[in-house]
Amino acid sequence: MAVERLKRTSLYSRHVRHGARLVEFGGWEMPVQYAGIVEEHRAVRTAAGLFDVSHMGEVEIEGPGALDSVQRLITNDAARLGAGAGLYTAMCLPTGGIVDDLTVFRLGEQRFLFVVNASTTDKDFAWIREHTRHAVARNRSPEFGLLALQGPKAPAILSRLTRADLSGLRYFHILDGVEVAGVRGCFISRTGYTGEDGFEVGCPWDAAPRAWDALLETGGPDGLVPVGLGARDTLRLEAAYMLYGNDIDETTTPLEAPLSWTVKLDKGEFIGRDVLLRQKQEGVRRKLAGFEMLERAIPRHGYALVANAATIGRVTSGTFGPWVEKGIGLGYIPPEQVRPGTAIGVEIRGRPARAAVVKLPFYKRSA
Amino acid sequence: MYPKDLRYSSEHEWAKVEQGRVRVGVTKFAADKMSDVVFVELPQVGAAVTFMQPFGVIESVKAVSDIYAPVSGKVVEVNTALGDTPEVVNSDPYGKGWIVVIEPQDLEELEKLMTADQYLKVIGEGK
Repeated sequence: MAVERLKRTSLYSRHVRHGARLVEFGGWEMPVQYAGIVEEHRAVRTAAGLFDVSHMGEVEIEGPGALDSVQRLITNDAARLGAGAGLYTAMCLPTGGIVDDLTVFRLGEQRFLFVVNASTTDKDFAWIREHTRHAVARNRSPEFGLLALQGPKAPAILSRLTRADLSGLRYFHILDGVEVAGVRGCFISRTGYTGEDGFEVGCPWDAAPRAWDALLETGGPDGLVPVGLGARDTLRLEAAYMLYGNDIDETTTPLEAPLSWTVKLDKGEFIGRDVLLRQKQEGVRRKLAGFEMLERAIPRHGYALVANAATIGRVTSGTFGPWVEKGIGLGYIPPEQVRPGTAIGVEIRGRPARAAVVKLPFYKRSA
Repeated sequence: MYPKDLRYSSEHEWAKVEQGRVRVGVTKFAADKMSDVVFVELPQVGAAVTFMQPFGVIESVKAVSDIYAPVSGKVVEVNTALGDTPEVVNSDPYGKGWIVVIEPQDLEELEKLMTADQYLKVIGEGK
């Protein structure tokens, strides 16, 4: 049997030094936790957390056909983006199934940056290249280290290390070609996967440790701590962000997932549009709903969702929410049952535990 | 971290004999590995338990783990305080984090369990 070596980010030695527990994730050896999931989760909600997300992929499309190619590839509408603006979107197969969910930034008139999931980077790049016309798609993933600085203290911390105008950087916008902690050629976007204010900082791969160290040093007194993939998952689930491979994949469509808002059927032709248009007209047969436990129990991926003694779906993501302090989960169920307040059961160790459908997200920060 | 007066199971429970009864919990190794315990599903007092069969469940934020009986017998006490403070399984696994007390059928059964030195080798911390 061929043993495939796990990939490591340029921050691997930092993770080891911080005492992280390392796990395999999407072919990468990544930190799942440092001090502990609950402690890290709370730090992000109350102060700030620093994540190594260098395993994520970056694909750039540049050329006269860039906008048309992007429009063909994604469900959301990139035509409305000015330079420096971005959006979240699904990228679909002709079946309407989701190839990946990603963020797209317009760096210039004819230049776009896709930030994609780690486990799907190779598949995405092949798909993007196949559907790019009169433009060049480049997989720049090996060039970029990516740090996520998230939490209410993030703007104060980052502003000490860059001259870039962070207060003018709006949600889902990007500053390209900036310097952070003395590292040139960085980009900063006001995006994240935690439900908090914050930034994602891309920098040259080998310079990531320098930016990482500088951030932790200046942010330490503010309560900034390194955060692993464990808390990243509990944070994103409280905020009801989709996890590709669990909540969405090639067998689910954005209309079944709570991603209808990313599907712009009237923007013109795009891959998957015919199926999604028909699905919109005919109605979906299942919807991804959020639910919370009404008793002390924790839903887990794969558990059956039940109503009137019948299985109506499966948990796609479930956890104990460290901030909301209850069991929360997502799962596809019949559309008749997605109304908030609907009583459902989660089959846990042979017994249906009581749960109720709730409006998403589970957590929303106060403005 | 692994008291000498306890016996240890291959599933990372500890057993302590107290006046003919057996107090049971999970080891520091297991508690650290699970981390962030948020829920412990306890058996009823009076429930029968069987040597190295699961009798309860510990849920951490990330994982679900069965708790195995290190001795056969009957549950005579359960740590109801874990309902409000499950985190003591992490912070004090041999003290406040105890899980049940079992009235054993046969105390000799504990001889099948490991000593602290043997257990340390199993978890890779032995000399």
